[in-house]
Amino acid sequence: MSEQTWLALAWAVLSISALGIAMGLGLGWAARRFRVEADPVVEQINQLLPQTQCGQCGYPGCRPYATAIAAGEAEINQCPPGGSAGIKALADLLGREVLELNPQNGQEKPKAVAVIDEQVCIGCTLCIQACPVDAILGAAKQMHTVIESACTGCDLCLPPCPVDCISMVVRPPAITGWQPARPAMRVVAASRNAMRAGAG
Amino acid sequence: MTRRFDTGFAPHIPARASVASVMRQVLYALIPGVLAHCWYFGPGVLLQILLASLFAVGLEAAMLRLRRRPVLQGLQDFSALVTAVLFALCLPPLAPWWIALTGMFFAIVIAKHLYGGLGHNVFNPAMVGYVVVLICFPQSMTQWLPAAAPGSWSVGLWDSIASVLSGGPPATLQWDAISQATPLDTLRTGVNSGMTVDEIRAAPVFGDFGGLGWEWIANWYALGGLWLLWRRIISWQVPVTMIGSVVLLGLLAYFADPGSNPSPMQHVFSGALVLGAFFIATDPVSGCASNRGRLVFGAGVGILTLVIRRWGGYPDGVAFAVLMMNMAAPLIDRYTVPRCYGK
Amino acid sequence: MRLPAREQAELAGQRLYHFHGGLRLRHNKEVSCRSPLRRSRLPPRLYVPLLQHAGEPASALVVPGQLVLKGEAIARFEQPVAGFLHAPTSGSIAAIARHAISHPSGQEGLAVIIRPDGRDQWCALQPVVDWQTAEPITLRQKIGEAGIVGLGGAVFPTSAKLSDAHDKTIHTLIINGAECEPWISCDEMLMREQAARVIAGAAILQRATEARQTLIAIEDQMGEAGERLQAALDAFQANSRHDGRNASGQEQIRMVKVTTIYPEGGERQLIQVLTGLEVPAGQRPTDLGLLCQNVATAAAVADAILEGKPLVERVVTITGSGVHQPANLLALLGTPISDLIEQCGGYRQDAARLLLGGPMMGYALSSDANPMIKAANCVLVLNHADIAAEHPELPCIRCGECARVCPSILLPQQLQWDIRNGLLADASAHGLDACIECGCCDFVCPSQIPLTQWFRFGKAQWQQQLQEQSAATLARQRFEARELRLAAADQQRQQKLAQKRQSLKERRSRQPGDET
Repeated sequence: MSEQTWLALAWAVLSISALGIAMGLGLGWAARRFRVEADPVVEQINQLLPQTQCGQCGYPGCRPYATAIAAGEAEINQCPPGGSAGIKALADLLGREVLELNPQNGQEKPKAVAVIDEQVCIGCTLCIQACPVDAILGAAKQMHTVIESACTGCDLCLPPCPVDCISMVVRPPAITGWQPARPAMRVVAASRNAMRAGAG
Repeated sequence: MTRRFDTGFAPHIPARASVASVMRQVLYALIPGVLAHCWYFGPGVLLQILLASLFAVGLEAAMLRLRRRPVLQGLQDFSALVTAVLFALCLPPLAPWWIALTGMFFAIVIAKHLYGGLGHNVFNPAMVGYVVVLICFPQSMTQWLPAAAPGSWSVGLWDSIASVLSGGPPATLQWDAISQATPLDTLRTGVNSGMTVDEIRAAPVFGDFGGLGWEWIANWYALGGLWLLWRRIISWQVPVTMIGSVVLLGLLAYFADPGSNPSPMQHVFSGALVLGAFFIATDPVSGCASNRGRLVFGAGVGILTLVIRRWGGYPDGVAFAVLMMNMAAPLIDRYTVPRCYGK
Repeated sequence: MRLPAREQAELAGQRLYHFHGGLRLRHNKEVSCRSPLRRSRLPPRLYVPLLQHAGEPASALVVPGQLVLKGEAIARFEQPVAGFLHAPTSGSIAAIARHAISHPSGQEGLAVIIRPDGRDQWCALQPVVDWQTAEPITLRQKIGEAGIVGLGGAVFPTSAKLSDAHDKTIHTLIINGAECEPWISCDEMLMREQAARVIAGAAILQRATEARQTLIAIEDQMGEAGERLQAALDAFQANSRHDGRNASGQEQIRMVKVTTIYPEGGERQLIQVLTGLEVPAGQRPTDLGLLCQNVATAAAVADAILEGKPLVERVVTITGSGVHQPANLLALLGTPISDLIEQCGGYRQDAARLLLGGPMMGYALSSDANPMIKAANCVLVLNHADIAAEHPELPCIRCGECARVCPSILLPQQLQWDIRNGLLADASAHGLDACIECGCCDFVCPSQIPLTQWFRFGKAQWQQQLQEQSAATLARQRFEARELRLAAADQQRQQKLAQKRQSLKERRSRQPGDET
């Protein structure tokens, strides 16, 4: 090749390299200068979990499960109390695919609270020690009772009770907790004849 | 004696408006402009509208079927027809039939249904169709007819039909003999070859304000647009800012260099500016949602149109300007959400 | 120059402003105003629901079989503030049982069922003697004992509102007679035929709140009502001057006419029209020094103070294209709606929907066995032509009409997208809580999307989500506290063990031979 071509080639290589280096340095500086401190992802995942500390996911509590998800050791579909809404929230946060709740971890159930039958309770404190959120009030040989507002419905107090006096009760929403219905898509026009037939 | 009733959600007065009535009124507002178009350029435009409408409705029905939506209901909202008519008004009167087909394919199938159908398209479907045919068929898209009064149209009705269906020039005539550049085309080639605007304007293709014939068509479009404003089908923000920004920037350019910049009136009454201001840029789906956002949107379209006309590669920039602002619309929306009561 | 909010609020009523959006609707009020206001007849049974407004149901103070006199307290509310329900007529308590209670959910609830004895005998009434010199707190207490709630639709206990006003030192009392929803005319008829009660109630409320001025807002199309009200006001002021009392407070009652545009009668919109101010998010009108009360509430207050009568009846408009003779009735609480409609000529052939309230914000009832409640300002029966949904629901075409008419300056299409996709936090950030559910956006939507229902649904979902989040936070805090406690206990145990081991080792090293 002629000397001119070599020169042109050299200039091209030099200029592009110089540009690349300059931009790389600029980006590196920008990354340091404009860094935003974000929550560590474990904390963010933990915020989305329902905090029942029930262990159905296979981990001893919500934070260990969050740590496992962040480390990639656990799937996001192992939490029954969080349900499909929880799975979707985790999928949105982590950019992962939405999965069906893993049936091996349990079923999505309505929120229940534990109720101790005071006629049967013997005051052994085994349930108090088992409750992960200290929602049972009581002492040795004293009556035990569940603080309903603190109970998360995790079921961990049922196995230890020697007299089986604890039951999980689902409280249906009272009329004061009534919720308006989600509008359904009206696909076809309601004909007047249909309405006349239905009314009266 | 207890009487039972069906229940429903409040409010219990049915809404009077409907998408179909909105679209129909847009079509009514276009009628004066279409008639003016016929007056000056012959019946070709009606053929284009007919073809585009047929293709649009057919393609829309096919896509609705494919997407398993109710077909008749989807066609009843007239949105495909509006797209077709707006697209057809941008075509030369003797454009071959495959131009309408290609345009409608890209408008209805790709720009509208593949993005989710009515209410979900990001880009203005008519403009997408127009831009595609402009780039793919440059020669056919620049064969415009000269303006003339009725009776002395250069091509009659049957010759027009034959030309459109065959794709070739009308019998016994050559394209060069009948076609003529648009006023904006003439302006561009003139400026590029160093003539001043006044010299260029001496050409017979120009009328008093804009192009001969084109300026009157623009007037009739404006009339239709004002009717739409009165009926509250469109809001004033987009037309006012679009035409306003063109006038403002045009004035600045004109005073800076009258030799190579046409007057603002010239800009307003040439090309598709008035049609774009009242009918194209006001498309609600691909535009901005709030009125404040529409101020920015309209101004953006006006500015980009002028920039493309002056320095860009195409004589008229309305279509490209609209598409570029469609891209910016979500961002504009994000920063112009209406202030909530009490905040 | 913009004044601070409270100062601007003190200039209330001096000029009229506008609020954003709104609609001009057809009134349809003339049909129910043709016949004069009349008292409805005593029905065979009265059903007084224990759940009349937001909060927990009242607890009954009576038992089945007990005889009661008219105006006797039969139930007591604790939440959110103390209140009462009174027997609408004399008779015996037939039962306390589940019955339709005119609730928007359509569910049944407990109601006190009264069998009238026909005598309609009042219990011992104790009016406030000489209210012009009574202490405001006495007036407020009496209003609370009378079970008076806001009769404009919100049914919030009036005594609580007055106490809040007293704490915040209000300067302007606004009596809201701007009845903006179509078909409803109960307030207008009340002002036409019982204007004196309204004026007296306004004056009493002014004393109870120690406001400096009172504005009575009516719509400019209420011609006759305005005249009667003005006449009653003049008579009242003449009387108080004649009595030689300090009339400086009474002079400050005046009428203001506001334009007729829906939803002018909404509290926030009326405040904006009279003062040009928006109530800041998270605050109440009392924070600006303003208090709104409905005209019917004012009339009920007059009854309670001047005659000692608790709230047992109210004016209700029975109207619509589905009844033969629309009218306004003074009806007892607990009257079944079927009874009221019978008194208005009965149903027309094509009556299709029964609403409690107006066509924009009222809710549908599934049967006319539902009784009159304190919140019932109108019973509207519409025929098929007025309610038939003519078009299917289409996707939103982003036309922006909804934002043009929204009085709360929201972008309803954005809220609807957010709620549909479960982005409730975004919806809340876009102002979902500011929505007053007026229905203006529904009315103009070309795609016929049920926007208001989406917003109701979204608000409830968002509240539920907030509750779940706070419960989860509480559970996490308790869990972490427990972990700390157990870790501390464990550490203590380890320490004690280590100490014991150490002391054991020392003892062994000192006396090696003893431990074998």
